[in-house]
Amino acid sequence: MTISTPITSAAAPGFDARRVREDFPALHQDVHGKPLVYLDTAATSLKPQSVIDAVDEVYAKDCANIHRAVHLLSQRATARYEEARKKVQAFLNAAKKSEIVFTRGTTEAINLVAQSFGASVLREGDEVLVTELEHHSNIVPWQMLCQRTGAKLVVVPMTDRGEVLRNSFEEKLSDRTKVVALAHVSNALGTVLPVAELIALAHERGAVVLLDGAQAVSHVEVDVQALDCDFYAFSGHKLYGPTGIGVLYGKERLLDAMPPYQGGGDMIRSVTFEETIYNDLPYKFEAGTPNIAGAIGLGAAIDYYQSFDQKAVHAHERRVLEYATDALELLPGVRLIGTAPGKVAALSFLMDAAHPHDIGTIVDSEGVAIRTGHHCAQPVMEHFGIAATARASLGMYNTTDDVDALLSALEKVQELFG
Amino acid sequence: MDLRELYQEVILDHGKNPRNHRFPDPYNREGRGYNPLCGDKITLRLQLDGDTITDIGFIGQGCAISQASCSTMTQALKGKTVEEAEALFGKFHAMVAGDEGSDTDLDALGKLAVFAGVREFPMRVKCATLGWHTLNQALRNEEGEAKTE
Repeated sequence: MTISTPITSAAAPGFDARRVREDFPALHQDVHGKPLVYLDTAATSLKPQSVIDAVDEVYAKDCANIHRAVHLLSQRATARYEEARKKVQAFLNAAKKSEIVFTRGTTEAINLVAQSFGASVLREGDEVLVTELEHHSNIVPWQMLCQRTGAKLVVVPMTDRGEVLRNSFEEKLSDRTKVVALAHVSNALGTVLPVAELIALAHERGAVVLLDGAQAVSHVEVDVQALDCDFYAFSGHKLYGPTGIGVLYGKERLLDAMPPYQGGGDMIRSVTFEETIYNDLPYKFEAGTPNIAGAIGLGAAIDYYQSFDQKAVHAHERRVLEYATDALELLPGVRLIGTAPGKVAALSFLMDAAHPHDIGTIVDSEGVAIRTGHHCAQPVMEHFGIAATARASLGMYNTTDDVDALLSALEKVQELFG
Repeated sequence: MDLRELYQEVILDHGKNPRNHRFPDPYNREGRGYNPLCGDKITLRLQLDGDTITDIGFIGQGCAISQASCSTMTQALKGKTVEEAEALFGKFHAMVAGDEGSDTDLDALGKLAVFAGVREFPMRVKCATLGWHTLNQALRNEEGEAKTE
Protein backbone atom coordinates (compact mmCIF):
# COMPACT_ATOMS: atom_id res chain seq x y z
CA MET A 1 0.00 0.00 0.00
CA THR A 2 1.28 3.47 -0.78
CA ILE A 3 0.23 6.52 1.06
CA SER A 4 0.42 9.71 -0.89
CA THR A 5 1.45 12.62 1.21
CA PRO A 6 0.23 16.05 0.25
CA ILE A 7 2.98 18.19 -1.13
CA THR A 8 3.51 21.40 0.71
CA SER A 9 5.38 24.26 -0.78
CA ALA A 10 8.67 24.37 0.95
CA ALA A 11 8.70 21.62 3.50
CA ALA A 12 11.40 19.03 3.19
CA PRO A 13 13.12 17.57 6.19
CA GLY A 14 16.24 19.55 6.91
CA PHE A 15 15.71 22.05 4.15
CA ASP A 16 13.51 25.12 4.00
CA ALA A 17 13.38 26.58 0.50
CA ARG A 18 11.31 29.55 1.66
CA ARG A 19 14.11 30.64 3.95
CA VAL A 20 16.71 30.00 1.29
CA ARG A 21 14.89 32.44 -0.99
CA GLU A 22 15.80 35.22 1.40
CA ASP A 23 19.46 34.69 0.51
CA PHE A 24 18.94 35.40 -3.20
CA PRO A 25 18.41 39.13 -3.86
CA ALA A 26 17.54 38.62 -7.54
CA LEU A 27 14.40 36.73 -6.52
CA HIS A 28 13.00 39.80 -4.81
CA GLN A 29 12.11 41.91 -7.79
CA ASP A 30 9.17 42.45 -10.08
CA VAL A 31 9.37 41.88 -13.83
CA HIS A 32 6.64 43.34 -16.02
CA GLY A 33 4.90 44.35 -12.79
CA LYS A 34 4.75 40.76 -11.48
CA PRO A 35 6.94 39.06 -8.89
CA LEU A 36 9.77 37.21 -10.62
CA VAL A 37 9.38 33.44 -10.88
CA TYR A 38 12.78 32.13 -11.91
CA LEU A 39 12.66 28.74 -13.66
CA ASP A 40 15.83 28.97 -15.73
CA THR A 41 18.52 27.68 -13.38
CA ALA A 42 19.77 25.21 -15.99
CA ALA A 43 20.89 28.26 -18.00
CA THR A 44 22.38 29.98 -14.98
CA SER A 45 21.59 29.86 -11.29
CA LEU A 46 20.88 32.97 -9.25
CA LYS A 47 23.54 34.01 -6.74
CA PRO A 48 23.20 34.17 -2.98
CA GLN A 49 24.25 37.36 -1.20
CA SER A 50 27.31 35.63 0.28
CA VAL A 51 28.71 35.01 -3.22
CA ILE A 52 28.02 38.58 -4.30
CA ASP A 53 29.73 39.84 -1.12
CA ALA A 54 32.75 37.59 -1.62
CA VAL A 55 33.29 38.90 -5.15
CA ASP A 56 32.76 42.48 -3.99
CA GLU A 57 35.28 42.05 -1.23
CA VAL A 58 37.97 40.88 -3.61
CA TYR A 59 37.72 44.10 -5.58
CA ALA A 60 37.14 46.30 -2.54
CA LYS A 61 39.90 44.86 -0.34
CA ASP A 62 42.09 42.10 -1.73
CA CYS A 63 42.52 43.60 -5.18
CA ALA A 64 45.86 42.32 -6.32
CA ASN A 65 47.37 39.88 -8.75
CA ILE A 66 48.16 36.43 -7.43
CA HIS A 67 51.35 34.32 -7.24
CA ARG A 68 53.47 37.41 -7.83
CA ALA A 69 54.07 40.36 -5.59
CA VAL A 70 55.33 40.21 -2.03
CA HIS A 71 52.91 42.82 -0.78
CA LEU A 72 50.10 41.99 1.61
CA LEU A 73 47.20 42.42 -0.80
CA SER A 74 48.75 39.96 -3.21
CA GLN A 75 49.37 37.53 -0.35
CA ARG A 76 45.74 37.75 0.71
CA ALA A 77 44.41 37.37 -2.84
CA THR A 78 46.70 34.40 -3.47
CA ALA A 79 45.67 32.73 -0.24
CA ARG A 80 41.98 33.15 -0.99
CA TYR A 81 42.38 31.95 -4.58
CA GLU A 82 44.19 28.80 -3.44
CA GLU A 83 41.70 28.32 -0.63
CA ALA A 84 38.95 28.29 -3.29
CA ARG A 85 40.85 25.54 -5.11
CA LYS A 86 40.88 23.51 -1.89
CA LYS A 87 37.13 23.96 -1.55
CA VAL A 88 36.63 22.66 -5.08
CA GLN A 89 38.91 19.72 -4.32
CA ALA A 90 36.87 18.81 -1.24
CA PHE A 91 33.58 19.37 -3.09
CA LEU A 92 34.53 16.92 -5.86
CA ASN A 93 36.44 14.68 -3.45
CA ALA A 94 39.53 14.88 -5.65
CA ALA A 95 42.66 13.20 -4.28
CA LYS A 96 44.86 16.26 -4.71
CA LYS A 97 44.56 20.01 -4.92
CA SER A 98 46.87 20.00 -7.94
CA GLU A 99 44.21 18.09 -9.87
CA ILE A 100 41.92 21.15 -9.87
CA VAL A 101 42.45 23.53 -12.78
CA PHE A 102 40.49 26.78 -12.94
CA THR A 103 39.04 27.57 -16.36
CA ARG A 104 36.49 30.02 -17.75
CA GLY A 105 33.80 27.38 -17.55
CA THR A 106 32.78 23.90 -18.64
CA THR A 107 33.30 24.74 -22.30
CA GLU A 108 36.89 25.83 -21.81
CA ALA A 109 37.59 22.79 -19.62
CA ILE A 110 36.37 20.43 -22.35
CA ASN A 111 38.33 22.32 -25.00
CA LEU A 112 41.42 22.08 -22.83
CA VAL A 113 41.14 18.30 -22.65
CA ALA A 114 40.33 17.97 -26.36
CA GLN A 115 43.22 20.15 -27.49
CA SER A 116 45.84 19.09 -24.99
CA PHE A 117 45.08 15.47 -24.12
CA GLY A 118 43.07 14.58 -27.22
CA ALA A 119 45.48 16.03 -29.73
CA SER A 120 48.43 14.24 -28.18
CA VAL A 121 46.88 10.76 -28.03
CA LEU A 122 44.47 10.53 -30.97
CA ARG A 123 45.62 8.97 -34.22
CA GLU A 124 43.82 8.41 -37.50
CA GLY A 125 41.24 5.66 -37.10
CA ASP A 126 40.83 6.18 -33.35
CA GLU A 127 37.38 6.91 -32.03
CA VAL A 128 35.84 9.48 -29.70
CA LEU A 129 32.55 8.40 -28.17
CA VAL A 130 29.82 10.88 -27.26
CA THR A 131 26.06 10.44 -26.72
CA GLU A 132 23.11 11.80 -28.63
CA LEU A 133 22.04 13.99 -25.72
CA GLU A 134 25.22 16.04 -25.37
CA HIS A 135 25.28 19.82 -25.19
CA HIS A 136 27.03 21.37 -28.20
CA SER A 137 30.02 22.13 -25.98
CA ASN A 138 30.62 18.40 -25.53
CA ILE A 139 30.27 17.73 -29.27
CA VAL A 140 31.99 20.53 -31.17
CA PRO A 141 35.44 20.40 -29.43
CA TRP A 142 35.60 16.68 -30.23
CA GLN A 143 34.41 17.22 -33.79
CA MET A 144 37.16 19.82 -34.30
CA LEU A 145 39.68 17.39 -32.83
CA CYS A 146 38.51 14.57 -35.10
CA GLN A 147 38.87 16.79 -38.15
CA ARG A 148 42.43 17.59 -37.14
CA THR A 149 43.53 14.06 -36.26
CA GLY A 150 41.50 11.88 -38.61
CA ALA A 151 39.79 10.24 -35.64
CA LYS A 152 36.10 9.36 -35.85
CA LEU A 153 33.27 10.76 -33.73
CA VAL A 154 30.96 7.92 -32.71
CA VAL A 155 27.54 8.66 -31.22
CA VAL A 156 25.70 6.50 -28.70
CA PRO A 157 21.96 6.84 -29.39
CA MET A 158 19.41 7.63 -26.69
CA THR A 159 15.95 6.17 -26.22
CA ASP A 160 12.72 8.07 -26.83
CA ARG A 161 12.54 8.71 -23.09
CA GLY A 162 15.95 10.36 -23.30
CA GLU A 163 17.98 7.59 -21.64
CA VAL A 164 21.40 6.28 -22.54
CA LEU A 165 21.33 2.53 -22.03
CA ARG A 166 24.24 0.37 -21.02
CA ASN A 167 23.91 -2.00 -23.97
CA SER A 168 23.74 0.73 -26.63
CA PHE A 169 26.84 2.25 -25.05
CA GLU A 170 28.62 -1.10 -25.07
CA GLU A 171 27.69 -1.61 -28.71
CA LYS A 172 29.49 1.57 -29.76
CA LEU A 173 32.51 1.02 -27.55
CA SER A 174 35.46 -0.59 -29.31
CA ASP A 175 39.18 -1.10 -28.93
CA ARG A 176 39.60 1.98 -31.11
CA THR A 177 37.73 4.13 -28.56
CA LYS A 178 40.32 6.41 -26.97
CA VAL A 179 38.13 9.09 -25.41
CA VAL A 180 34.58 8.91 -24.04
CA ALA A 181 32.88 12.27 -23.39
CA LEU A 182 29.61 12.06 -21.49
CA ALA A 183 27.12 14.41 -19.92
CA HIS A 184 26.63 13.54 -16.27
CA VAL A 185 23.16 15.13 -16.52
CA SER A 186 21.45 16.21 -19.76
CA ASN A 187 20.77 19.95 -19.97
CA ALA A 188 17.79 19.69 -22.31
CA LEU A 189 16.08 16.68 -20.72
CA GLY A 190 17.36 16.33 -17.15
CA THR A 191 18.37 12.69 -17.67
CA VAL A 192 20.97 11.41 -15.20
CA LEU A 193 23.31 9.08 -17.03
CA PRO A 194 24.50 5.86 -15.36
CA VAL A 195 28.00 7.24 -15.50
CA ALA A 196 29.71 4.97 -12.95
CA GLU A 197 28.67 1.93 -14.95
CA LEU A 198 29.65 3.50 -18.29
CA ILE A 199 33.02 4.64 -16.96
CA ALA A 200 33.83 1.11 -15.82
CA LEU A 201 32.93 -0.26 -19.27
CA ALA A 202 35.05 2.38 -21.01
CA HIS A 203 38.01 1.68 -18.74
CA GLU A 204 37.81 -2.03 -19.58
CA ARG A 205 38.53 -0.98 -23.17
CA GLY A 206 41.32 1.35 -22.12
CA ALA A 207 39.45 4.56 -22.96
CA VAL A 208 39.75 7.77 -20.99
CA VAL A 209 36.47 9.31 -19.77
CA LEU A 210 35.51 12.98 -19.44
CA LEU A 211 32.28 13.90 -17.69
CA ASP A 212 30.49 17.15 -18.52
CA GLY A 213 29.15 18.00 -15.10
CA ALA A 214 27.67 21.42 -15.91
CA GLN A 215 24.11 20.32 -15.09
CA ALA A 216 25.08 17.78 -12.45
CA VAL A 217 27.01 19.59 -9.73
CA SER A 218 24.01 21.31 -8.17
CA HIS A 219 21.58 18.39 -8.50
CA VAL A 220 23.44 15.13 -7.81
CA GLU A 221 26.33 14.26 -5.56
CA VAL A 222 29.69 14.17 -7.29
CA ASP A 223 32.65 12.14 -6.07
CA VAL A 224 35.29 11.92 -8.78
CA GLN A 225 37.22 9.18 -6.99
CA ALA A 226 34.16 6.99 -6.49
CA LEU A 227 33.11 7.58 -10.11
CA ASP A 228 36.70 6.96 -11.23
CA CYS A 229 36.26 9.45 -14.09
CA ASP A 230 39.48 10.71 -15.66
CA PHE A 231 38.28 14.28 -16.22
CA TYR A 232 35.35 16.22 -14.78
CA ALA A 233 34.28 19.65 -16.06
CA PHE A 234 31.81 22.11 -14.53
CA SER A 235 30.90 25.80 -14.41
CA GLY A 236 30.67 27.97 -11.32
CA HIS A 237 27.63 29.89 -12.51
CA LYS A 238 25.44 26.80 -12.48
CA LEU A 239 26.39 26.15 -8.87
CA TYR A 240 25.21 29.53 -7.52
CA GLY A 241 28.63 31.03 -8.29
CA PRO A 242 29.81 33.75 -10.67
CA THR A 243 30.01 33.49 -14.45
CA GLY A 244 33.39 33.20 -16.15
CA ILE A 245 34.83 30.65 -13.75
CA GLY A 246 34.83 26.89 -14.14
CA VAL A 247 36.78 23.84 -13.19
CA LEU A 248 38.60 21.02 -14.85
CA TYR A 249 39.37 18.09 -12.61
CA GLY A 250 41.88 15.65 -14.07
CA LYS A 251 43.76 12.69 -12.68
CA GLU A 252 47.26 13.83 -11.85
CA ARG A 253 48.92 11.15 -13.95
CA LEU A 254 47.03 12.37 -17.04
CA LEU A 255 47.42 16.10 -16.40
CA ASP A 256 51.13 15.60 -15.82
CA ALA A 257 51.64 13.98 -19.18
CA MET A 258 49.60 16.56 -21.08
CA PRO A 259 51.19 19.47 -22.94
CA PRO A 260 50.09 22.98 -21.85
CA TYR A 261 46.90 24.34 -23.36
CA GLN A 262 47.87 28.00 -23.59
CA GLY A 263 51.21 29.70 -23.18
CA GLY A 264 51.83 32.78 -21.10
CA GLY A 265 52.56 34.01 -17.62
CA ASP A 266 52.04 31.90 -14.50
CA MET A 267 52.23 28.64 -16.45
CA ILE A 268 56.01 28.78 -16.70
CA ARG A 269 58.90 28.19 -14.34
CA SER A 270 61.55 29.86 -16.47
CA VAL A 271 61.67 31.35 -19.93
CA THR A 272 64.56 31.98 -22.27
CA PHE A 273 64.34 32.39 -26.01
CA GLU A 274 65.87 28.93 -26.34
CA GLU A 275 63.72 27.06 -23.86
CA THR A 276 60.76 27.36 -21.53
CA ILE A 277 60.29 25.16 -18.50
CA TYR A 278 56.67 24.72 -17.57
CA ASN A 279 55.26 25.18 -14.12
CA ASP A 280 53.89 22.40 -11.93
CA LEU A 281 50.27 21.30 -11.84
CA PRO A 282 47.80 22.88 -11.89
CA TYR A 283 49.55 26.15 -12.88
CA LYS A 284 50.79 24.63 -16.12
CA PHE A 285 47.20 24.98 -17.34
CA GLU A 286 46.48 28.43 -15.93
CA ALA A 287 48.22 30.84 -18.27
CA GLY A 288 47.73 34.54 -17.64
CA THR A 289 45.95 36.31 -14.81
CA PRO A 290 42.98 34.13 -13.97
CA ASN A 291 39.49 35.12 -12.88
CA ILE A 292 40.61 35.65 -9.29
CA ALA A 293 37.35 37.12 -8.01
CA GLY A 294 35.42 34.43 -9.90
CA ALA A 295 37.38 31.61 -8.26
CA ILE A 296 36.92 33.15 -4.81
CA GLY A 297 33.22 33.64 -5.57
CA LEU A 298 33.00 29.98 -6.58
CA GLY A 299 34.58 29.05 -3.27
CA ALA A 300 31.89 31.08 -1.51
CA ALA A 301 29.20 29.36 -3.61
CA ILE A 302 30.50 25.95 -2.57
CA ASP A 303 30.49 27.08 1.07
CA TYR A 304 26.92 28.26 0.69
CA TYR A 305 25.75 25.10 -1.07
CA GLN A 306 27.48 22.85 1.43
CA SER A 307 25.95 24.69 4.37
CA PHE A 308 22.86 22.60 3.53
CA ASP A 309 22.48 18.87 3.61
CA GLN A 310 22.92 18.03 -0.08
CA LYS A 311 20.62 15.04 0.14
CA ALA A 312 17.87 17.25 1.56
CA VAL A 313 18.37 19.84 -1.21
CA HIS A 314 18.16 17.17 -3.89
CA ALA A 315 15.09 15.61 -2.26
CA HIS A 316 13.41 19.02 -2.22
CA GLU A 317 14.17 19.61 -5.90
CA ARG A 318 12.91 16.13 -6.75
CA ARG A 319 9.63 16.85 -4.98
CA VAL A 320 9.12 20.11 -6.87
CA LEU A 321 10.00 18.40 -10.16
CA GLU A 322 7.49 15.60 -9.48
CA TYR A 323 4.83 18.17 -8.66
CA ALA A 324 5.55 20.02 -11.92
CA THR A 325 5.68 16.83 -13.98
CA ASP A 326 2.35 15.59 -12.63
CA ALA A 327 0.70 18.95 -13.22
CA LEU A 328 2.00 19.40 -16.77
CA GLU A 329 1.04 15.85 -17.69
CA LEU A 330 -2.53 16.68 -16.77
CA LEU A 331 -2.68 19.81 -18.93
CA PRO A 332 -4.43 19.06 -22.21
CA GLY A 333 -2.31 19.66 -25.30
CA VAL A 334 0.98 19.46 -23.41
CA ARG A 335 3.68 16.94 -24.27
CA LEU A 336 6.74 16.33 -22.10
CA ILE A 337 10.06 15.81 -23.87
CA GLY A 338 12.46 13.65 -21.87
CA THR A 339 10.84 11.26 -19.43
CA ALA A 340 13.76 9.19 -18.18
CA PRO A 341 13.20 7.69 -14.75
CA GLY A 342 15.20 9.44 -12.04
CA LYS A 343 15.67 12.61 -14.09
CA VAL A 344 16.48 15.85 -12.29
CA ALA A 345 15.71 19.54 -12.31
CA ALA A 346 14.62 20.16 -15.92
CA LEU A 347 11.27 19.86 -17.59
CA SER A 348 11.14 20.28 -21.37
CA PHE A 349 7.70 20.48 -22.94
CA LEU A 350 5.67 21.39 -25.99
CA MET A 351 2.16 22.77 -26.30
CA ASP A 352 -0.16 22.06 -29.22
CA ALA A 353 -1.50 25.59 -29.00
CA ALA A 354 1.71 27.56 -29.32
CA HIS A 355 5.32 27.47 -30.44
CA PRO A 356 7.89 27.43 -27.59
CA HIS A 357 9.04 30.93 -28.46
CA ASP A 358 5.51 32.29 -28.09
CA ILE A 359 5.11 30.37 -24.82
CA GLY A 360 8.31 31.98 -23.56
CA THR A 361 7.14 35.52 -24.35
CA ILE A 362 3.69 35.00 -22.84
CA VAL A 363 4.85 33.44 -19.58
CA ASP A 364 7.54 36.13 -19.31
CA SER A 365 4.80 38.75 -19.38
CA GLU A 366 3.44 36.95 -16.28
CA GLY A 367 6.81 37.24 -14.58
CA VAL A 368 7.83 33.62 -15.25
CA ALA A 369 11.32 33.14 -16.70
CA ILE A 370 11.80 29.92 -18.66
CA ARG A 371 14.09 28.99 -21.52
CA THR A 372 12.88 28.30 -25.04
CA GLY A 373 14.83 27.04 -28.00
CA HIS A 374 17.10 24.11 -28.80
CA HIS A 375 19.09 24.45 -25.55
CA CYS A 376 22.39 24.06 -27.46
CA ALA A 377 21.45 20.44 -28.01
CA GLN A 378 20.25 20.33 -31.60
CA PRO A 379 20.82 16.56 -31.98
CA VAL A 380 18.34 16.07 -29.11
CA MET A 381 15.77 18.20 -30.93
CA GLU A 382 16.41 16.24 -34.10
CA HIS A 383 15.83 12.96 -32.26
CA PHE A 384 12.34 14.11 -31.35
CA GLY A 385 11.72 15.73 -34.75
CA ILE A 386 11.21 19.18 -33.24
CA ALA A 387 12.94 22.54 -33.57
CA ALA A 388 12.65 23.71 -29.98
CA THR A 389 11.09 23.12 -26.59
CA ALA A 390 10.05 25.24 -23.66
CA ARG A 391 12.09 24.30 -20.60
CA ALA A 392 11.42 25.03 -16.96
CA SER A 393 14.38 24.19 -14.74
CA LEU A 394 14.82 24.22 -11.01
CA GLY A 395 17.23 25.39 -8.37
CA MET A 396 17.24 24.96 -4.62
CA TYR A 397 15.17 28.14 -4.19
CA ASN A 398 12.20 26.98 -6.27
CA THR A 399 8.99 25.85 -4.61
CA THR A 400 5.70 24.45 -5.80
CA ASP A 401 4.41 28.04 -5.72
CA ASP A 402 6.71 28.70 -8.68
CA VAL A 403 5.22 25.72 -10.48
CA ASP A 404 1.72 27.04 -9.77
CA ALA A 405 2.75 30.40 -11.24
CA LEU A 406 4.01 28.62 -14.36
CA LEU A 407 0.75 26.71 -14.66
CA SER A 408 -1.38 29.83 -14.50
CA ALA A 409 0.94 31.54 -17.00
CA LEU A 410 0.44 28.57 -19.32
CA GLU A 411 -3.30 29.13 -18.99
CA LYS A 412 -2.71 32.56 -20.51
CA VAL A 413 -1.05 30.83 -23.45
CA GLN A 414 -4.13 28.65 -23.88
CA GLU A 415 -6.38 31.71 -23.60
CA LEU A 416 -4.49 33.62 -26.25
CA PHE A 417 -3.75 30.78 -28.64
CA GLY A 418 -6.26 28.06 -27.73
CA MET B 1 3.58 45.37 -21.20
CA ASP B 2 0.45 44.46 -23.08
CA LEU B 3 0.63 41.12 -24.82
CA ARG B 4 -2.27 42.07 -27.05
CA GLU B 5 -0.05 44.75 -28.54
CA LEU B 6 2.17 41.95 -29.76
CA TYR B 7 -0.33 39.22 -30.43
CA GLN B 8 -2.89 41.19 -32.44
CA GLU B 9 -5.84 39.22 -33.81
CA VAL B 10 -4.42 39.50 -37.32
CA ILE B 11 -1.12 38.00 -36.15
CA LEU B 12 -2.82 35.15 -34.29
CA ASP B 13 -4.97 34.43 -37.33
CA HIS B 14 -2.08 34.48 -39.80
CA GLY B 15 0.10 32.51 -37.38
CA LYS B 16 -2.49 29.77 -37.19
CA ASN B 17 -3.50 29.84 -40.85
CA PRO B 18 -0.66 31.32 -42.85
CA ARG B 19 -1.64 32.56 -46.32
CA ASN B 20 0.38 31.61 -49.40
CA HIS B 21 1.73 28.64 -47.46
CA ARG B 22 2.59 26.83 -50.68
CA PHE B 23 5.23 27.01 -53.37
CA PRO B 24 4.40 28.99 -56.51
CA ASP B 25 4.75 27.11 -59.78
CA PRO B 26 6.64 28.21 -61.74
CA TYR B 27 9.18 30.12 -59.70
CA ASN B 28 12.58 31.59 -60.49
CA ARG B 29 13.83 32.84 -57.13
CA GLU B 30 14.32 31.02 -53.85
CA GLY B 31 15.51 32.01 -50.42
CA ARG B 32 16.01 29.95 -47.30
CA GLY B 33 15.85 31.49 -43.85
CA TYR B 34 16.90 30.12 -40.52
CA ASN B 35 16.83 31.62 -37.06
CA PRO B 36 19.41 29.70 -35.04
CA LEU B 37 18.03 31.15 -31.82
CA CYS B 38 14.71 29.33 -31.98
CA GLY B 39 15.06 26.95 -34.92
CA ASP B 40 12.54 28.72 -37.13
CA LYS B 41 13.02 27.70 -40.75
CA ILE B 42 11.40 28.93 -43.92
CA THR B 43 11.83 28.45 -47.63
CA LEU B 44 10.47 31.30 -49.74
CA ARG B 45 9.92 31.04 -53.49
CA LEU B 46 8.76 33.67 -55.90
CA GLN B 47 8.20 34.26 -59.57
CA LEU B 48 9.80 37.41 -60.86
CA ASP B 49 8.48 38.53 -64.25
CA GLY B 50 10.68 41.35 -65.40
CA ASP B 51 10.79 43.49 -62.31
CA THR B 52 7.47 42.41 -60.82
CA ILE B 53 6.75 39.74 -58.21
CA THR B 54 3.87 37.91 -59.85
CA ASP B 55 3.62 35.04 -57.39
CA ILE B 56 5.13 34.27 -54.01
CA GLY B 57 4.73 31.62 -51.32
CA PHE B 58 6.57 29.97 -48.46
CA ILE B 59 6.78 26.73 -46.54
CA GLY B 60 8.14 26.81 -43.04
CA GLN B 61 7.70 26.28 -39.39
CA GLY B 62 8.13 28.58 -36.48
CA CYS B 63 6.48 30.77 -33.91
CA ALA B 64 3.31 32.76 -34.48
CA ILE B 65 5.25 35.97 -35.10
CA SER B 66 7.56 34.54 -37.77
CA GLN B 67 4.79 32.66 -39.56
CA ALA B 68 2.36 35.57 -39.47
CA SER B 69 5.08 37.90 -40.69
CA CYS B 70 5.85 35.64 -43.68
CA SER B 71 2.16 35.27 -44.40
CA THR B 72 1.34 38.99 -44.40
CA MET B 73 4.57 39.73 -46.27
CA THR B 74 3.64 37.43 -49.16
CA GLN B 75 0.20 39.06 -49.33
CA ALA B 76 1.71 42.52 -49.40
CA LEU B 77 4.29 41.71 -52.06
CA LYS B 78 2.23 40.11 -54.79
CA GLY B 79 2.25 42.48 -57.76
CA LYS B 80 4.95 44.73 -56.31
CA THR B 81 8.19 45.59 -58.07
CA VAL B 82 11.55 44.69 -56.56
CA GLU B 83 12.14 48.32 -55.72
CA GLU B 84 8.78 48.61 -53.98
CA ALA B 85 9.45 45.41 -52.04
CA GLU B 86 12.80 46.68 -50.83
CA ALA B 87 11.29 50.00 -49.80
CA LEU B 88 8.61 48.14 -47.85
CA PHE B 89 11.26 46.09 -46.03
CA GLY B 90 13.03 49.30 -45.11
CA LYS B 91 9.84 50.72 -43.60
CA PHE B 92 8.97 47.45 -41.88
CA HIS B 93 12.43 47.22 -40.35
CA ALA B 94 12.26 50.82 -39.15
CA MET B 95 8.91 50.05 -37.52
CA VAL B 96 9.98 46.94 -35.59
CA ALA B 97 13.64 47.71 -34.91
CA GLY B 98 14.38 51.31 -35.84
CA ASP B 99 15.87 53.85 -33.48
CA GLU B 100 13.62 55.39 -30.89
CA GLY B 101 11.68 58.24 -32.40
CA SER B 102 12.46 57.25 -35.97
CA ASP B 103 9.67 58.30 -38.24
CA THR B 104 7.64 55.23 -39.04
CA ASP B 105 5.30 55.42 -41.98
CA LEU B 106 2.51 53.21 -40.63
CA ASP B 107 0.10 54.21 -43.39
CA ALA B 108 2.44 53.02 -46.10
CA LEU B 109 2.74 49.66 -44.37
CA GLY B 110 -0.99 48.91 -44.47
CA LYS B 111 -1.80 45.61 -42.79
CA LEU B 112 1.87 45.13 -41.93
CA ALA B 113 1.43 47.84 -39.30
CA VAL B 114 0.03 45.15 -36.94
CA PHE B 115 3.66 44.26 -36.21
CA ALA B 116 4.32 47.67 -34.64
CA GLY B 117 4.05 46.08 -31.16
CA VAL B 118 7.12 43.93 -31.83
CA ARG B 119 9.28 46.96 -31.10
CA GLU B 120 8.48 46.55 -27.39
CA PHE B 121 9.78 42.95 -27.49
CA PRO B 122 13.40 43.20 -28.66
CA MET B 123 13.89 39.43 -28.31
CA ARG B 124 11.23 38.89 -30.95
CA VAL B 125 12.42 41.30 -33.66
CA LYS B 126 14.28 38.49 -35.39
CA CYS B 127 11.09 36.44 -35.55
CA ALA B 128 9.30 39.28 -37.32
CA THR B 129 12.11 39.96 -39.80
CA LEU B 130 13.09 36.38 -40.74
CA GLY B 131 10.77 36.32 -43.77
CA TRP B 132 11.98 39.70 -44.97
CA HIS B 133 15.66 38.76 -44.70
CA THR B 134 14.84 35.64 -46.67
CA LEU B 135 13.12 37.76 -49.29
CA ASN B 136 16.23 39.90 -49.61
CA GLN B 137 18.30 36.82 -50.21
CA ALA B 138 15.83 35.44 -52.77
CA LEU B 139 15.81 38.73 -54.69
CA ARG B 140 19.59 38.77 -54.81
CA ASN B 141 19.55 35.08 -55.68
CA GLU B 142 22.31 34.44 -53.17
CA GLU B 143 23.42 30.98 -52.22
CA GLY B 144 23.06 29.78 -48.63
CA GLU B 145 20.70 30.73 -45.88
CA ALA B 146 19.38 34.09 -44.82
CA LYS B 147 20.23 34.68 -41.20
CA THR B 148 18.66 37.10 -38.84
CA GLU B 149 21.98 37.72 -37.13
